[in-house]
Amino acid sequence: MATAHSRAAARVMISPAVILLLGWMIIPLSMTVYFSFLSYNLLMPGMEEFIGFGNYEYFLTDPAFMEALINTLLLVGGVLAITIVGGVGLALLLDQPMWGQGIVRVLVIAPFFVMPTVSALVWKNMFMNPVNGLFAHMAKALGLPPFDFLAHAPLMSIIVIVAWQWLPFATLILLTALQSLDKEQLEAAEMDGASALDRFRFIVLPHMSRAITVVILIQTIFLLSVFAEILVTTNGGPGYASTNITYLVYAQSLLQFDVGGGSAGGIVAVILANIVAIFLMRMIGKNLEA
Amino acid sequence: MGRITLSKVTKTFGDVEVIPPLDLKIEDGEFVVFVGPSGCGKSTLLRLIAGLEDVTSGEIEIDGTPATDLPPARRGLAMVFQSYALYPHMSVRKNIAFPLKMAKMDPAEQERRVLAAAKTLNLTDYLDRRPAQLSGGQRQRVAIGRAIVREPEAFLFDEPLSNLDAALRVNMRLEISELHQSLKTTMIYVTHDQVEAMTMADKIVVLRAGHIEQVGSPLELYRSPANLFVAGFIGSPKMNFITGAEAAKHGAHTIGIRPEHLAIAQEGGSWQGRVGVAEHLGSDTFLHVHVDGQDPLTVRVPGEAGYRHGDTVSLTPNLEHLHRFDDKGLALR
Amino acid sequence: MARRATGARKIVVTAIAWGVGLAIFFPILWTILTSFKTEAEAIASPPSFLAFEWTLENYVEVNSRSDYFLHFMNSVIISLGSTLLGLLIAIPAAWSMAFVPAKRTKDILMWMLSTKMLPPVGVLVPIYLMFRDFGLLDTRIGLIVVLTLINLPIIVWMLFTYFKEIPGEILEAARMDGASLWDEVVHVLTPMAVPGIASTLLLNIILAWNEAFWTLNLTAAKAAPLTAFIASYSSPEGLFYAKLSAASTLAIAPILILGWFSQKQLVRGLTFGAVK
Repeated sequence: MATAHSRAAARVMISPAVILLLGWMIIPLSMTVYFSFLSYNLLMPGMEEFIGFGNYEYFLTDPAFMEALINTLLLVGGVLAITIVGGVGLALLLDQPMWGQGIVRVLVIAPFFVMPTVSALVWKNMFMNPVNGLFAHMAKALGLPPFDFLAHAPLMSIIVIVAWQWLPFATLILLTALQSLDKEQLEAAEMDGASALDRFRFIVLPHMSRAITVVILIQTIFLLSVFAEILVTTNGGPGYASTNITYLVYAQSLLQFDVGGGSAGGIVAVILANIVAIFLMRMIGKNLEA
Repeated sequence: MGRITLSKVTKTFGDVEVIPPLDLKIEDGEFVVFVGPSGCGKSTLLRLIAGLEDVTSGEIEIDGTPATDLPPARRGLAMVFQSYALYPHMSVRKNIAFPLKMAKMDPAEQERRVLAAAKTLNLTDYLDRRPAQLSGGQRQRVAIGRAIVREPEAFLFDEPLSNLDAALRVNMRLEISELHQSLKTTMIYVTHDQVEAMTMADKIVVLRAGHIEQVGSPLELYRSPANLFVAGFIGSPKMNFITGAEAAKHGAHTIGIRPEHLAIAQEGGSWQGRVGVAEHLGSDTFLHVHVDGQDPLTVRVPGEAGYRHGDTVSLTPNLEHLHRFDDKGLALR
Repeated sequence: MARRATGARKIVVTAIAWGVGLAIFFPILWTILTSFKTEAEAIASPPSFLAFEWTLENYVEVNSRSDYFLHFMNSVIISLGSTLLGLLIAIPAAWSMAFVPAKRTKDILMWMLSTKMLPPVGVLVPIYLMFRDFGLLDTRIGLIVVLTLINLPIIVWMLFTYFKEIPGEILEAARMDGASLWDEVVHVLTPMAVPGIASTLLLNIILAWNEAFWTLNLTAAKAAPLTAFIASYSSPEGLFYAKLSAASTLAIAPILILGWFSQKQLVRGLTFGAVK
């Protein structure tokens, strides 16, 4: 297999991918780092000057940053809690014998394939709208006053929308993990006198723990970057009530044209994501050896 | 035809020397078996001959022409892999015809050869099936079919029977031996199973850690193993080894005696012992006899011999078949 | 478990599962239903579930707006273009990593994965400025390049895990059988790899179709795919529920169908082989 000839060919074949990704990673990232040390506003061209950590100081001490950081954590944590608990439940449910299992599976998975802007708009207008939304109709039918979700609980509403999009992903992966469980293990446990609950706690859950970790890590990577849902529903408001770090950086750079400040924020986001990424990479790397 | 000569062939992977300098001659028409424990380098050696790995140094000659730098396809060899390596997307017919197609052979001739091979291997009824629809033994035969249609200089087999169940393995062993008798083509066969080696080979090459420990016919290896390793590896059940004072009596560091060369009596022999486990195979019974101050000895007795757990027995070695080894493990002659 | 599920239990499970499944699917179902209503019925209180006058006028209207078709085609071109370009770059790379593994193969794979961990917002500013300076803002080609790059690690990984499953012995057998490198690729590797390549293609089209960070930030009127176009319904057009629903249904329908075909690949592709 591994002869000198094929090894040389392999190097040639791999290089376009490596060079492109290297370019994609290094060039813009180093530019971001560079900009983050400049006072640089697109509205004032030619006024760029080096200001050291000024942008970072500005970005990190901005009260909006703290709020956005907390929102980011709440968004990530909230969605994770809903999707993991819901995903485990759904996976257990879908693993049972039933009629029409394939169809139910398809119904559950569908939201993952809906583009973020569509799901955000559908939820915003057709469900959460305080006048014509379905929830308002339901409230009316029950004799309750309608609730303006996006105005009064903007972050909560966005969590619901995003959780709805990611629940299928968690379910699908946890179901895959569940189905790879050796059924003889469960039978052995049953012979050993374990009740259904014991079997879940001591056999099923530990078996799924790896998949759960993977779901947490991968979703976290994506959830840190939630953007379209916020842009379409609340524009980060009211105030900064539903602004996350990603949206804050976007607003700083492309709405206020503050390239320097936005870049500093971008680097902060990269550092936050890296903390998660390190754990994820370690898990995947281990798997690669096995 | 299929004469293969290796001279001073070595192979290293990184810093690990898998094959230290090695010389070997394989004569035309011989059935040669490379045998040894796993990791002894036997498969690597086969792949070097096949050209699937580059030799680090040394020369390989096939039929007197240098083949060291030839790509696998131009060495005129055919190989049967452990996993059979059938092409899952092709029918049996196409699998067998593939090497002929690659050689751009006339389609009518291809078909003729495929049919002939299928007939030899009892595959005629399965020609239009996919490999996934075949049993293990049938897949094995397809892999052999793919090898024989090319009419190669030599066949290479890499542990071809290890994925089959015991009964099928015995059958395929016979079929391959039969094939060798009718084709009279050189065959090189790698296995870790000494029974396969003993039953099939004209010549056995015993390997350990890339070294050739001994080369010889099955009976030569059985009668006069060159060292402790070969003595312990060839023959089943294993040869009994005794060290210490008993060995010194025979002027050796270690003496070896096969289970079939121990005579058993109620009393009056050289070694007294008590019968432990008795394994009844029907035709034979293997007794594990515990002798004071020694490792247990295995003794072969006739199947109906009525020894039971706990019986006291006395053993006498047949001195004609006693093997003596020095402190380096080499046979004393 | 090899045990008879009692009939009663199976009925209960079926009922619960269908209830939960329909609840999760409901927003999509509701969107599809609304797209067949008139605007008046779409906001009627109480809303009618099925007993309304079915109409196709929303679809006619959405399609008659010349820009809808443009954005739809943008989505098709951008997702297909970036996927094909990605495959073109990734197939040789994955092939060589799977079949000629070197000491550094694992490191390269992990490093490729790490680029996927880079939050897009970290490079938003320079990419935006570069696009502006090179005249790539609001162009399909610009978006194709960016989506190719962000999805390249996933494509390489998916292909790698598929190729890895093709036993190396088969390629060796082909080599012994006299196949040249070309024969090996045409007669053995490609037929065995096609299913893996097809599922990679499928998953990547889905990801590219739904990508909504770069499409929103780098396009305006001309090259905007459906993600960005639908976002423009945010206000005040979004209040025309029936038309919004028709446009949304058209935007998600092709992907829903593709998605149902690729459930299994989704797991493999998005977990980088960590869950099988």
